[in-house]
Amino acid sequence: MEIKKEQNGNALTIKVIGRLDAGSAPELSKELTTALNDVTDLTFDFAELKYIASAGLRVLLVAQKRMNKQGSMKLINVSEAVMEVLDMTGFASLMTIV
Amino acid sequence: MEKITVEAALDNLQTVVDFATEKLEARDCSMKTIMQTELVIEEIFVNIASYAYHPETGPATFCMEFEENPNAMLMTFIDGGKPYNPLEQEAPDTTLSVDERGVGGLGIFLVKKNVDELAYEYTDGKNILRMKKFF
Repeated sequence: MEIKKEQNGNALTIKVIGRLDAGSAPELSKELTTALNDVTDLTFDFAELKYIASAGLRVLLVAQKRMNKQGSMKLINVSEAVMEVLDMTGFASLMTIV
Repeated sequence: MEKITVEAALDNLQTVVDFATEKLEARDCSMKTIMQTELVIEEIFVNIASYAYHPETGPATFCMEFEENPNAMLMTFIDGGKPYNPLEQEAPDTTLSVDERGVGGLGIFLVKKNVDELAYEYTDGKNILRMKKFF
């Protein structure tokens, strides 16, 4: 997995590339603990995210809970494979997906 | 039947996933089936690696065989760790709001969603989890 960040004032876009699995999810989780400070508009760009497992979903849920307190969060460019997992876990209705 | 035994550690997840996906690719399985199978293997293996022998470590065996007419894969995970029946894991309530939603239970839930049959037994000191998935 590779993480690319683009910050524009209080808006942050995080591009997650590759696989968000049990091996890589802790890295994203760690990144978010500091990266989200003062962010009010968070976007996850999943254009190049090929796979997500429960470990990745947990990181998204924690981020969503935090952003509910300090701003908003959305997912963009979600692939069919990742969307399927978001759908079957009910995450698709919990999060803003555009 | 083909099988692979590895130390139940997160670092070996990819080895087990690759073992399975090579066989699925050789059978021209769809990308969707392969992704769902990867997900099932990851969730079970990560559970074994995280909890079965904690804080020690130990072996995990993964077996795979195929049936035809209809096409199905039979997958079995065996470990010698603490008895744990994942079928008893309570499913997360997928209708709850973000704030109400806990972060646990998602892994086994995803396994149940992506296989057609799931059976657990504890025999001779081993957790045996058998799964069948049609494709």
